[in-house]
Amino acid sequence: MVDAVELDDLTKNSGEWLRGGGPEADIVISSRIRLARNLAEFPFISRAAPQDRTQIEKLMRGCVAELKESGELLYFELEQLEGVDRQLLVERHLISRELAEAQGARAVAIDHRETFSLMINEEDHLRMQVLHSGLDLQSVWEHINRIDDLIESRVTYAFHERLGYLTACPTNVGTGMRVSVMLHLPALVITRQIDKVFRSLQKISLAVRGLYGEGSQAMGDFYQISNQITLGRSEEELIKQVGDIVPVIIDYERQARDFLIKESHENLHDRVSRAYGILRTAQTITSEETMHLLSSVRMGVNLGLIHDVQIPLVNELFIHTQPAHLQKLTGGPLETSDRNIERARYLRRLLNKEDGDGGAGKN
Amino acid sequence: MKCQQCDKPATFHITELTGGKPQELHLCEDHARQYLTQSSNEPAGAGGMAAALAQHMVQKMQVSQTAEELAELDQQSCPVCGITFYEFRSQGRLGCPHDYVCFKQQLEPLILNIHGEAEHAGKSPRRCPTGSEKRTQLIRLRREMKEAIAEELYERASQLRDQIQRTEAERP
Repeated sequence: MVDAVELDDLTKNSGEWLRGGGPEADIVISSRIRLARNLAEFPFISRAAPQDRTQIEKLMRGCVAELKESGELLYFELEQLEGVDRQLLVERHLISRELAEAQGARAVAIDHRETFSLMINEEDHLRMQVLHSGLDLQSVWEHINRIDDLIESRVTYAFHERLGYLTACPTNVGTGMRVSVMLHLPALVITRQIDKVFRSLQKISLAVRGLYGEGSQAMGDFYQISNQITLGRSEEELIKQVGDIVPVIIDYERQARDFLIKESHENLHDRVSRAYGILRTAQTITSEETMHLLSSVRMGVNLGLIHDVQIPLVNELFIHTQPAHLQKLTGGPLETSDRNIERARYLRRLLNKEDGDGGAGKN
Repeated sequence: MKCQQCDKPATFHITELTGGKPQELHLCEDHARQYLTQSSNEPAGAGGMAAALAQHMVQKMQVSQTAEELAELDQQSCPVCGITFYEFRSQGRLGCPHDYVCFKQQLEPLILNIHGEAEHAGKSPRRCPTGSEKRTQLIRLRREMKEAIAEELYERASQLRDQIQRTEAERP
């Protein structure tokens, strides 16, 4: 069922959530909700025999085929994918690292716009997510709730009257829901206020994670804010808890940006221009440096300090310059040092093309 | 196994699930008491699951429960999937939906500490969850079949296979 062509198509395009639209898109990259569900008649994954996993995968494959969520879903069996392809799906936020690195029968179903993905045999039997561009939690919830109902009409979920949806880890029991909003907060990082923001979020039991979720570092000044509690509150209440705090953080970030513009305009403009200059001219560059510089460029575009590049391209570059994407886009496996050269070449090509004259170094 | 703090045997095995990697602690009763009292005094959110468990155990110790009795609680296993409560504590993942029923006593304080609530307030599946007995029976039968195969008891395994097929066919 795996189709290499489909995966290559995926590589060249970018998900709907990267288009840079939606409310508050200068600061809010995406809104995401994931639901954890298990099938009542199988043991959880940690106690599931290989046959159990195979059976779950088959059962869900049949279920997915009937879903037809905004057209037919793409379906990938992870065991049949190469390492670089699994990594590619991780970089696109379509599967977790855990699913990529696990063993045994496991799969993912994805819609063509990459707003929906359903992981099969991750920590729970089912982990589904909906991802939209900008701050848009209500429509994300309507979207995923509809799909959850569709799946539930075909399978029997493990559900307890008092405890709700049963999950492999008690930290997810109840709604099984994680609501998260990905924010770009460079000015709070520059003005060293970010830790203060995190501490106050932790006090109201919200979690802060990096670009790739649990345990990942905050690359490119991206932070995900999400609920920690999943039991005892309704889905709407959990959405409200996260949804209410996001505008406050957006406001802090805007204030920090205003402060930088007013108090150290030259320094800020210099920082942004240098970042843009390096990305357009470097001959070899690491993924970390790229993320760091792109973050400055992204803020620069949003503040009107850079005019000749658009946000969707910058968003896309954050993903396309990561190792698996780069190797797929430039056509083959590469050693780290070659990868850094290819990355620099790719950045020069895309960033110098944008202003129309193709001349490197123009500023 | 010896206690990490002294030479007495370790009777408490604690797995901290906060932070990046699960951290295992093996302690004697005295040091466990000390450790658990400490971590249960930490501010909310910092201790997570271990603190919940700690609080629960400290309460248990206060009513003068012996280490042996606690160890016994730890060795309790789920009749459906076979996981012991100790195994759950070591890996942080439950074995099957029935664990929430059979480890109710141990899990309840844990869940209350993580979420601050003990009752679901969100959506429910539209279809009423009926026949849950049948489903747990299926999990148990499949496990028994697997064990029978491992022990080369093929006649037993084929009986179990027939029973699984019958139970599956009965499904609503």
